[in-house]
Amino acid sequence: MFEAVSALQGASFNAGIAEVRELGLRGMITLRGDLTDKKLIKAVKGIAGRIPEPRTVALKDDDGAAWMSPDELLLMVPHADVLSTIETLNASLKGTHFLAANVSDARAVFEVFGPHAREVMAKLAPVDFSPDAFKMGMFRRSRLAQVPAAFWMNEEDAFTVVCFRSVAEYMFDLLSIAAQAGSEVDAL
Amino acid sequence: MLILECPCCGVSGEETEFHAGGEAHLKRHSVGSTDDQFEEYLFMRENPHGVHFERWRHNNGCGKWFHAARCTTTLEVFGTYCAQTYEPPKEIKDAISARRPGWSWRNFS
Repeated sequence: MFEAVSALQGASFNAGIAEVRELGLRGMITLRGDLTDKKLIKAVKGIAGRIPEPRTVALKDDDGAAWMSPDELLLMVPHADVLSTIETLNASLKGTHFLAANVSDARAVFEVFGPHAREVMAKLAPVDFSPDAFKMGMFRRSRLAQVPAAFWMNEEDAFTVVCFRSVAEYMFDLLSIAAQAGSEVDAL
Repeated sequence: MLILECPCCGVSGEETEFHAGGEAHLKRHSVGSTDDQFEEYLFMRENPHGVHFERWRHNNGCGKWFHAARCTTTLEVFGTYCAQTYEPPKEIKDAISARRPGWSWRNFS
């Protein structure tokens, strides 16, 4: 049996205005279906504690659920629990029209933190990152430079970024360059 | 630069977060149609100087298709609306009329 590794095996950059690191393996499940379905709501509550409102993320310890689109959630669980969680979902949603797919190894997860984290993100995404506009609990899918990404704030000045694994190195380089020393903009 | 609001997920984003999908409200003539109708569906497009209706996809976001009404001259966006419709809803038409009295586009006005 081989051992699962994340795309960049925990690479980090901390010589700039914000620290960037790859967060390693995280279990991720794409759940598509009718988000108003009672069975589905119950199943998601069992994992993330609650069902996230549109454009928000619901986090509970290491687990969470993020609102991806009107018919899609991204469920986050520890990497080792993915298969059992999917089995639970399949059992509890039997008979409803849904899809639960393991996308853990198709994703890379990064954290950008430090007092200038907002600036680093604002350099790369066409999104308003001012403290009045982008707040804790919000979840946004957009692009960072040339690749699609989703992000939210774990705490003030700490962003989690999720992207496709195939562009993990690009994403890491991108965030590191946007965070390089002396590149403060002080615009936010 | 257009600023569009996706009616599916509610995100207000700029143009590069979306992808244009051509003219909206086309009738997809296929089996049983005449050659003229099929030609119309395949090739005949509006190219207006002013009010226009387009399909857009929120490809760096929720991934859903929607419709947008905008002005090709000023890039003003009159509104966006659900793609599951045969014609623009009344509030979109009213919004256009407020800004461009007497507008018309194909069969709509």
